[in-house]
Amino acid sequence: MVVEVRVKLKEQVLDPQGEAIRRVLAGLGYAEIEQVRVGKLMLLEVAGKDATAVRSRVEEACREVLANPVIEEFEVRLP
Amino acid sequence: MKWDAPATVELAREHGLSEEEFERILSDLGRVPNLTELGIFAALWSEHCSYKSSRVHLKKFPTRGPRVIQGPGENAGVVDLGQGWVTVFKMESHNHPSFIEPYQGAATGVGGILRDVFTMGARPVMILDSLRFGSLDAPRMPHLVDGVVRGIGDYGNCVGVPTVGGEVDFHPSYNGNILVNAMCVGVARGDGIFYGRASGPGNRVVYLGSKTGRDGIHGATMASDVFDETASAKRPTVQVGDPFTEKLLIECCLELMGKGLVVGIQDMGAAGLTSSAFEMAARAGCGLTLDLSRVPARERGMTPYELMLSESQERMVLVVTPDNVAPVLEVCGRWGLDAVEVGTVIPEPEVVARFEGRQAFRLPLAPLVDDAPRYDRPWVEPAPAAAVTLPNLRDREWAADLREMLASPVFASSRPVWQQYDQSVGASTVIGPGADAALQLIEGTNIGLAATTDCNALACSLDPFNGAAQAVAEAVRNLACVGAEPVGVTDCLNFGSPENPGVMGQFVAAVDGLAEACRAFEVPVVSGNVSFYNETSGTAIVPTPTVGMVGIVPGVRHRPRSHWHLGDAIYLLGPLEGELGGSRYLQIVLGLEAGPVPAVDYDGERRIAAVARDLVRLGLAAAKDLSDGGLAVAAVEMSGGTVGCKLSLPASTSPVRVLFGEWRVGFALATPVAMEPALERACEGLPLTRLGVAGGTKMVVTLGRKTVLEASISELAALSEKGLGWLSEA
Repeated sequence: MVVEVRVKLKEQVLDPQGEAIRRVLAGLGYAEIEQVRVGKLMLLEVAGKDATAVRSRVEEACREVLANPVIEEFEVRLP
Repeated sequence: MKWDAPATVELAREHGLSEEEFERILSDLGRVPNLTELGIFAALWSEHCSYKSSRVHLKKFPTRGPRVIQGPGENAGVVDLGQGWVTVFKMESHNHPSFIEPYQGAATGVGGILRDVFTMGARPVMILDSLRFGSLDAPRMPHLVDGVVRGIGDYGNCVGVPTVGGEVDFHPSYNGNILVNAMCVGVARGDGIFYGRASGPGNRVVYLGSKTGRDGIHGATMASDVFDETASAKRPTVQVGDPFTEKLLIECCLELMGKGLVVGIQDMGAAGLTSSAFEMAARAGCGLTLDLSRVPARERGMTPYELMLSESQERMVLVVTPDNVAPVLEVCGRWGLDAVEVGTVIPEPEVVARFEGRQAFRLPLAPLVDDAPRYDRPWVEPAPAAAVTLPNLRDREWAADLREMLASPVFASSRPVWQQYDQSVGASTVIGPGADAALQLIEGTNIGLAATTDCNALACSLDPFNGAAQAVAEAVRNLACVGAEPVGVTDCLNFGSPENPGVMGQFVAAVDGLAEACRAFEVPVVSGNVSFYNETSGTAIVPTPTVGMVGIVPGVRHRPRSHWHLGDAIYLLGPLEGELGGSRYLQIVLGLEAGPVPAVDYDGERRIAAVARDLVRLGLAAAKDLSDGGLAVAAVEMSGGTVGCKLSLPASTSPVRVLFGEWRVGFALATPVAMEPALERACEGLPLTRLGVAGGTKMVVTLGRKTVLEASISELAALSEKGLGWLSEA
């Protein structure tokens, strides 16, 4: 099944990339866009049918590899 | 809990303050502080900001000298270089953040030390990093090494300041508490120095740089807190650095100072707005008002507590005359940086802050800064390591021992580390990383500025006094290898908990050793940093007083070389044998961290270093000092991994002391044959031995007629290259 993983910086962490995009937007006439936060969307094709087992395995992969739990948070979505 | 709730002793304890300290706050203020005021006391009275356990001892350092313009107490030290130039430098630790989040921790460590230097009006020109890691098989350790190195590299590379030197060492005592000590060296014209002083009542306070977020709140108190097993669960929000904003800040601040638009300037480092506001006011003998509602906030609903204690990166405080506020804001706007007037300088020695139309706090300066607690903590004198009975060290396979040493992480080539760093941005680097010291030209002149960081923590754990003094001696020797004479020292003193009398004893002895050595070499200490509480679950790191030394070459005429060439004559300047106490040979080959560390022979060091320095300046020789690993390791390094050597010593010498003995006042020298007579003349009156010539593909050492070591030089060098090779593959 295809599992969707969203990784983004925790709310309290500075996002220099998002801030750079915000500045460009403001400069090109989109001043009403007040904040930009950039994250990652990953699509994982996982072998297995048991949704609970797949979820717990993908969440483990998120904690260990795909996200940096010190500064990032993640969300796992199953089909 | 609300930001203006009354403080209690429990809250004080949660902020790392003792019961006595809380009582003292009550009597200093004559009332109960609110939560925000308590947070401010906790930050400024933390070990990190107040130096409360170290200050009584740091007074022993020599801090004056004919070249010293600004000693300790400012953001960084300032030393005169002549011809109207000055250098500004400092070293600081970022140990705890780097252990929690290695990439951002190390990156923001570099960002912080850069700000300490450019806030004085100097352009940062060199970064050096002294790194200490645990065993590579300890949990997370390869991840920490990789993260720290990438963090330093990415920040330095983006901001456009070359990383030119430093050191990497490994010891199991750093398994739960790595060390990241970053040093920055800057250059300015002598009349262009600015200080962190909020003087002139009526002048305005301007906030410049990134917005304030909720990151790193309690960073300063965290840095003064022992790690326990729950540290990773507690995980305070770490700061994320933005080197591109830092680059804008550098250029913006240097422009503001160059145009004379600011009265005083300081970065917001540990304890954020709190430390910059209180320290700037205290230095000038004035006070400040602040309107916290005007501080640019990254998130909604931030409270005075958060605004005062946030450690968001890339922020500065400027003090500006009322007439200059508009021009200052104009310059900042041109650099794309947020700048806001947030307060005024007042004559009364206090900081008064308003928030949403009412008073947030009102605190007198004296109890927070000048009269902050000072402790003369109990300490016990460390017993220097005794001599050990060594096994039979006569007929060993010396080549095998050398291979074992070169294969250990301690002697692993740091190439995979520094090849990730931009070493030459700015186009002024003469000698970059991998040599004994880094050397740069001051732009547009032929004045050479050299820098090195040194500390043999193994030796300091055996004998903190002599180990620390030897670190200073080694720095002097390293500078001599690039032809530089020392002009000043910065230090970063990394120790365990000062509340442990044994650790405090190590600290006192190391400070005494540094002070004695700096006095003997006539090199003043102009800046520095103390990092206590480097321990995990009650186990302290080995004492690590890192020495950063800056030197000058008045006129650079050529690039000093660090390798020998085919056909060069090889000399040993200094005694033939070294000592084994506290040596790397005992540590790595015999598994012994033992033995006495000899006292520094100051007279000999000064005389021999002066000669080596002159030989290098005149281009008469390539020089390498004999410290870690002794002559055998120095020879492998000087070979460059390509040109072998044949070295002969008298039959009467001890092979282990000749090959691996340390702590000798000495240099290996290599010189073209035609220059031999000149070299010998220059060394007259000093112990000088011609060891042999460079050539062939092997390193061969004979004592009398007996060959004690024979090995392929490329194979030896490859062993050292392999150690950290995995870093460049990651």
